[in-house]
Amino acid sequence: MSKRVGLEASHAAAEAARMADIDVTAAYPITPQTHIPERLAEMVANGELEAAYIPVESEHSALSACLGSAAVGARTFTATAGQGLELMHEVVYVASSMRYPIVMVVANRALSAPLSVWGDHSDAMAVRDTGWIQVFCQNNQEAFDLTVWAFRVGEDPKVLFPVMVHFDGFSLSHVTEPVILPEQEEVDRFLPKFRYPFALNPDHPMTHGAFGPPDIYSETKVAQEIALRKSKAVILQGWQEFGDIFGRYYEPVESYKTDGARLLVLTMGSFSETAKAAVDIKKSSGESVGLINLRLWRPFPFKELRQAVKGAETLVVFDRCISFGGPGGPVCSEVRSALYGEKKRPAVVSFVGGMGGRDMSVEDFEYVIDRGREVAEKGSPELFETVGIRGEVTGIRG
Amino acid sequence: MAKKKLKAASELTWKDLEIGNIVKEAGSASARRTGDWRTQRPILDKKKCIKCALCWLNCPDVAIKPPDKEGYYVADLDYCKGCGICAEICPVDAITMVEEEEK
Amino acid sequence: MEATSIKMGKNRVPVEELIAEGHSFCTGCGEVLALRLACKALGRNVIIANATGCIEICTSPLPVTSWRVPWIHTLFENTAAVASGTEAGLKVLMKKGKIPQKDIKCVAVAGDGGTSDIGLQALSGALERRHNFLYLCFDNEAYMNTGIQRSSATPYGASTTTAPAGKFSIGQTTWKKNLPEIFVAHNIPYVATASPGYPFDLMKKVKKAAEVNGPTYVHLLSPCPTGWRSPSNLSVKLAKLAVETAIFPLYEVENGRYTLNVDPPTLKPVEEYLKPQGRFRHLLEDEIKEIQRHVNEEYARLKAKVACFGASTSSSEQG
Repeated sequence: MSKRVGLEASHAAAEAARMADIDVTAAYPITPQTHIPERLAEMVANGELEAAYIPVESEHSALSACLGSAAVGARTFTATAGQGLELMHEVVYVASSMRYPIVMVVANRALSAPLSVWGDHSDAMAVRDTGWIQVFCQNNQEAFDLTVWAFRVGEDPKVLFPVMVHFDGFSLSHVTEPVILPEQEEVDRFLPKFRYPFALNPDHPMTHGAFGPPDIYSETKVAQEIALRKSKAVILQGWQEFGDIFGRYYEPVESYKTDGARLLVLTMGSFSETAKAAVDIKKSSGESVGLINLRLWRPFPFKELRQAVKGAETLVVFDRCISFGGPGGPVCSEVRSALYGEKKRPAVVSFVGGMGGRDMSVEDFEYVIDRGREVAEKGSPELFETVGIRGEVTGIRG
Repeated sequence: MAKKKLKAASELTWKDLEIGNIVKEAGSASARRTGDWRTQRPILDKKKCIKCALCWLNCPDVAIKPPDKEGYYVADLDYCKGCGICAEICPVDAITMVEEEEK
Repeated sequence: MEATSIKMGKNRVPVEELIAEGHSFCTGCGEVLALRLACKALGRNVIIANATGCIEICTSPLPVTSWRVPWIHTLFENTAAVASGTEAGLKVLMKKGKIPQKDIKCVAVAGDGGTSDIGLQALSGALERRHNFLYLCFDNEAYMNTGIQRSSATPYGASTTTAPAGKFSIGQTTWKKNLPEIFVAHNIPYVATASPGYPFDLMKKVKKAAEVNGPTYVHLLSPCPTGWRSPSNLSVKLAKLAVETAIFPLYEVENGRYTLNVDPPTLKPVEEYLKPQGRFRHLLEDEIKEIQRHVNEEYARLKAKVACFGASTSSSEQG
């Protein structure tokens, strides 16, 4: 019998790792991820989880230890945030290039400087190009579900890629929400035993991590990219199987009341729920609006996004960080790029807000909708709009 | 033992690569004959040799092989880079390094 | 039936080569010699985590490998962390019955750069956590693979490309970081120094270190003709001279107890070791005297430790 409990996203993710029967976790504490390694340590100490808990001395070593444990075929899990994700940056590329199916939760945190332990997406955007499968959670249920799902997809022999599960620092990591926890038997049915086909073992000695001279490096990268694109099929299959067993079906792009909507807002992460409330208020006063929650970030869901925005006149994309000197918010740039080839496409407006823990209220999203419509109609000299910044924002020009 | 003919890096397509670029065949680098680096080669005087195996033990290139039927340790010229350590270390000066000649 | 080992005096040396011929180490490389000997002591039941460096580059050019044992290279500074992961992974997989029980030793292989500088943090952490693994530091005294740049293991007075000898410089102005002592201070069960000039001592130590159930460290001097600017045929001789001059003493520290393995009745003068190496050719007499003085002092300090904390001295705690 599944049960409904109040859990922080951090504890939900830890519980998912426990139910997935991870073998190894190597993690370094950093706000706002700390509740994850703490809960895992507690589980190991109590015998609730049989796993090697490696209290590494830095995030770089955390993900490096994960490379080692994945290489010998252990189901491996870790978590980090902000500066930690940055410190392990080179290891992040290595994990995907070496095709180790590590699952890593990121409690999204703003990047220094100045120091900020609070939530935004600058840490996630800094790892866009690293080759991991990446999803963004909207709430704590997704934090649990997508962590379990991540093992299913990453470890699939047709995939073998690491998976990053993002959820907002503090607004999800430290907030208790109701989460439906399944039966262990259901998780066991969903998750096959991990059989890494290239496990290091003296019985069949293999070399992992040979270096790539110019003659061959390009081919390795193309092979990696093609494999990442192909993983989409298993991503979707994994969500289908998840829904069949647990009753909750997930899609790469979630459309909320978008049918016939002339203006759409696109958000990622926990703000999607806030924005949905704004959409409801606007709709109740007769406005033609809807929301798109972008759940699958990498590989980018081109087909689903193009389908989701069909018919809309305006698409307002909300980013939770600045891509300095760039063409707009990072997610907005990618959305624009995805729609570039479409004969008919909405006017895309870029908004940035919610940085470093700055909250976005329902009213703020109502403003985003109003101002987004205004910019689409009248244009704006700024490359992106901001919300919630004190002082008039001008000078974000090309 | 015949050495397998392996494709060079420049002959491989992206499809030929293993997942994660893992190399499954142990010791496959022995297909590379590094002996052509050599500018001098070791010559063994079997009359002096006491078959102590020090040359075999101290060869960085794994070029000096385990003893032949007569018990002598002979350098495999496919791999010997001609460093001269064997000649320097031989306790009875049974090995001399001579310049490689142009053929 | 081919012999599996060769008898050399009292020793039996395995014939099996865990590193294939055809590697691309330089002519006369002392590092691959030390590595080859270490592998003979280790045997097949290992998983090696290797740092970026000479050993990694010369043994693993895609699409081929020199290795005949399971081997993983990822990055430069994380060898001890990767080894921690393989060790913990194997242990828990065997405990949970997911893989069969088997005696597999996790070994970390790195150079002086990957240990003394960029890799020091990861190694300190791994030793503190008491992982059951052997760390082998192959010390050729500079970042050789990238072109002979200085490391904190470069000896005083050596010329490297980033601390070159010049009109206003003696080359390396600091004394070599004492890595074995740093790891003795971590209170691990076994620390040792080794030199390919003493191959049987080297193999014995690597075997001993591998057999300990806990973290162990062996520091192997690796003469580099390319970086040391020495004749390629002198690598083994220099590896011997380093010991005979006490520049690189051979000793073991087992649970804090010191044993000096080679104690020449008279030490050869350091000059005999320095002269064949082009990296020291700029040194003046006074500078060589300073090196001699420093070596004498360090050696006396080591001998004092042997006298005070020797393996043969008794201790009420030791029992």
